[in-house]
Amino acid sequence: MLLKELSEAFGVSGHEGAVRRVIVDAIKDLVDEHRVDALGNLIALKKGSGESKRKVMVAAHMDEVGLMIVYVEREGSLRFRPVGGIDDRVLLSKKVLIGDNKVPGVIGVKPIHLLEPKQRNQVMRVEEMSIDIGAASKDEAEHSVKLGDYAAFDVPFTELGGTLRTVKGKAFDDRAGCAVLIELLRGSYPFDLYAAFTVQEEVGMRGAQVAAYSIAPDVAFALEGTICDDLPKKRDVSPTTTLGAGPAITVMDRSVIADPRLVNLLAETAQKNGIPYQFKQPGIGGTDAGAIHLSRQGVPSVVVAVPSRYIHAPVCVLSLDDLDNAVRLMRETLAQVQGLDLDR
Amino acid sequence: MKELIKALTEAFGPSGYEDAVRELIKARIAGHADQVRTDALGNLIALKKGRPQNGVPSRRIMLTAHMDEIGVIISHVDDKGFLRFSNIGGVFPIGLVGSRVVFADGSIGVIGRERPESPTEFPTMEKMYIDTGAPDKQHQTHKVGDVAAFTRPFVDQGQRLVAKAFDDRIACAVLVQTLLELPTSPHDAYFVFTVQEEVGLRGATTSAFSIEPDVAIAVDVTTTGDTPEAWPMAVSLGAGPAIKVKDRGMLAHVGVKTWMAKTAEKLGMPYQFEVLEAGSTDAMAIQTSRAGVAAGVLSIPSRYTHSPSEMVDYGDVQDSVKLLLGLLSGSVEI
Amino acid sequence: MQTKEFLKKLSEASGVSGYEAPVRELVREEFLQYTQELRVDPMGSLIACKRGEPNGAGPRRSIMLAGHMDEIGLLVTKLEKGFLRFGTVGGFDLRVLLGQEVVVHGKKDLPGVIGTRPPHVLSAEEQEHILPLDKLFIDVGLSPEELAQWVRVGDIITIQRGFTELSNNLVSGKAFDDRAAVACIANCLQHLTTLRHTWDVYAVATVQEEVGLKGALTSAFGIAPDVGIAIDVGHGNMLGVPEVDTVNVGGGPALAIGPNIHPTMYSRLVDVAKANEISYQPDAIPGRSGTDAWAMQVAREGMPTALISIPLRYMHTSVETISLKDVERIGRLLALFISGLNEEFARDIGLPQAPA
Repeated sequence: MLLKELSEAFGVSGHEGAVRRVIVDAIKDLVDEHRVDALGNLIALKKGSGESKRKVMVAAHMDEVGLMIVYVEREGSLRFRPVGGIDDRVLLSKKVLIGDNKVPGVIGVKPIHLLEPKQRNQVMRVEEMSIDIGAASKDEAEHSVKLGDYAAFDVPFTELGGTLRTVKGKAFDDRAGCAVLIELLRGSYPFDLYAAFTVQEEVGMRGAQVAAYSIAPDVAFALEGTICDDLPKKRDVSPTTTLGAGPAITVMDRSVIADPRLVNLLAETAQKNGIPYQFKQPGIGGTDAGAIHLSRQGVPSVVVAVPSRYIHAPVCVLSLDDLDNAVRLMRETLAQVQGLDLDR
Repeated sequence: MKELIKALTEAFGPSGYEDAVRELIKARIAGHADQVRTDALGNLIALKKGRPQNGVPSRRIMLTAHMDEIGVIISHVDDKGFLRFSNIGGVFPIGLVGSRVVFADGSIGVIGRERPESPTEFPTMEKMYIDTGAPDKQHQTHKVGDVAAFTRPFVDQGQRLVAKAFDDRIACAVLVQTLLELPTSPHDAYFVFTVQEEVGLRGATTSAFSIEPDVAIAVDVTTTGDTPEAWPMAVSLGAGPAIKVKDRGMLAHVGVKTWMAKTAEKLGMPYQFEVLEAGSTDAMAIQTSRAGVAAGVLSIPSRYTHSPSEMVDYGDVQDSVKLLLGLLSGSVEI
Repeated sequence: MQTKEFLKKLSEASGVSGYEAPVRELVREEFLQYTQELRVDPMGSLIACKRGEPNGAGPRRSIMLAGHMDEIGLLVTKLEKGFLRFGTVGGFDLRVLLGQEVVVHGKKDLPGVIGTRPPHVLSAEEQEHILPLDKLFIDVGLSPEELAQWVRVGDIITIQRGFTELSNNLVSGKAFDDRAAVACIANCLQHLTTLRHTWDVYAVATVQEEVGLKGALTSAFGIAPDVGIAIDVGHGNMLGVPEVDTVNVGGGPALAIGPNIHPTMYSRLVDVAKANEISYQPDAIPGRSGTDAWAMQVAREGMPTALISIPLRYMHTSVETISLKDVERIGRLLALFISGLNEEFARDIGLPQAPA
């Protein structure tokens, strides 16, 4: 399954090549042209049937949060830092794969038996952690890894089944979005569709910024794998999104206020076609749309996301129903973008 | 001008939802600009073309005032019909409890707070909610994504005025008034009423890219150092418009700053230099547009910024119009 | 001009972010020795272009080198009873300010000091706390009336500190962050007078890096080069700081790796360093580099970027310390890198076959 291949591919921000290769393979026969720009964005053009001069950009980011090796200790263990936003507390006792050779390593922890009682309640900071690849010395370690190597979590993709057809794996933020975008490229549209598989979203929406500048679209959609915090809670507060309730439409997050006309188009399209959908809790998170909508003279933009539990941690969970519905919603909506009045 | 100020400050316009303010301004300036358009993000751009004047090189000047105000957005409707919310722009939690908000449809909500864990617990937005008086969830008409602004009436105390959203509607008033009073100018003057300043100077970013000005002046508000035990700051209410030197986000272009000061001196009007610890303005975004723009800020002193009761001095407001008219009439000397 | 002499002049000059004119003049004088093509852009960055000699094949290509000439500083926020209240421009460690000598650039330059209360009148408890900005004053020794004649709100203040030579070719002074980089660029331009290069070289002394990389952002947009290299400073090794967070002063240029860096730029720099026996140190940066390279990389459609850092101790103090050898190494590395730029490299790095 495509999502499996995408999820298991290695692509920490700044080093997305392996993911890009999987995607190029999947789309090269579906598009008219594709190129890779200076930052590594994969920009593919699916020419429209010619009735329209409108340029529509749909973006999904290829990068995932991960780690970078910053120092090799004399006794062979590796110091590292996060690339993108990772809660230090999710790192302990996890498996990683380092570099293009996927050297296996583990993030070890001092055993509980050896801890003083008060230490058990202290959060361990990433500066105190290290990765063990089994090397007995710096020299030995440097035969297989070096400063600057990227490390990703070692998490195989698994289907969990159930009525929601859930799956678990790493990097659903944003391989889920990439999967949706690839599916969309199977359709045909009256306008020129620029599919931008962007880089470095997790370190500041960098790829989207330059891709948007170069494409200069009239309207843009960002596809994401977004926060789904529907765990049981004591207080009656928002779960941000709920698994199984359909693709989530962003009205406003920290990086963008979505164009209300696009939000309405999505909601109406969903209702008309009986596609479940939800609104993402406003005011949370940021996406490529944040960079795209401010490009040049401004681009009306919106975000559509697949709810994913536990993003920015090694193992995420999503529902294939939500993913399929995201594809349906986008397909039906894109079919109407042509006629949307974007004048003011 | 007071009637214009009242209408502008009482209008509804949280970031992203500035339509009512834009319509109001459009109506006021109708017939006074050579070109008026609204861009992709919603910025209102009015151009008064320059008429050549001997010996004065013509420049593209961009003046901005932002139409949006801070507000809140509904993030969750709970089982009993209470509304949880998130901030739009820099909302200080400390002023929220007991505050009234108004939705686009005119209905009112009151902000309440969960019981604090300890009597000295600092209030946070996560522990607040809006109560619209709905008896239960079924009767709650508002939904996730609805936005609301703070609401207070405008008060004219003569020399001093009090209202919500002087940041930045007072500047919108100044800009409208300047546009209306401007006879002719040798320069192409772009009066830009921007959107979404409070959430990241977004309207200024895109409008600057499209206008490509030679020089830009953002008109905004600045706080004062003249209240009890205030953070030390040289700006006072009633001491004239402030010419910005620096704020948290930018350093004003030295040439623009000097040109503004010299012009104020020539007009024989009071002015003050401003260094602001926190906050920035549209000028920050315009300054780094494309290959760079000479940008400065005309700040209208205002106390209690980002509270529902901001206060300005009417003399400062009138002097701000005077200064802008002076700047637009002569050579741009930066 | 000799590197040490140039660096001394730059270091002792005044050039706080937004007010770089005095130091810009020194840079202009120096760069004029290598090219007549110089301009100052709207934000104040100085852009010098040393044209390459294209050998006929392929389009004209260019590389931008950026080193920022602005320094962190202070500015007057209020005049109070003959004393000056001040604010910071750029990231200042407030702890280094107590008892510091300064120069207030009012209508004339006024020497002053950041005043302190003597230990005799302070309790032990008070001496435990860092004084916040609103409790600090500058004293220039004038009466309130005289002060008002010479100083206004917004006047710039620089830290007074002379250039010092330590042993082992180490030097210490203010504003080596990042004027030492400007010295590297000058050194590079000097080398280029004896090396051939086909690509145009834009040597840019940028402004306002310390307050948001603004000069780099706008100058990169204006120049639209094919590739860019920023030269900045990196934390030098010192007692009490873990090695993982530093690079060695005197150990050669620190070459950055990470999302801000194009891998081919990095590997080519390493190749050139190795081939010419220039010591270097790899420098892993997992996110924002906090340098002009971060802005350059996303100008317009984006560009391949690299970052070279000069190992520097005590950053953002008036006693920043570097090795002159590192400055010379970087100048040479840049020049050799530039002289090797050709169409093959353009293809390797994925530049469009014809310039945009």
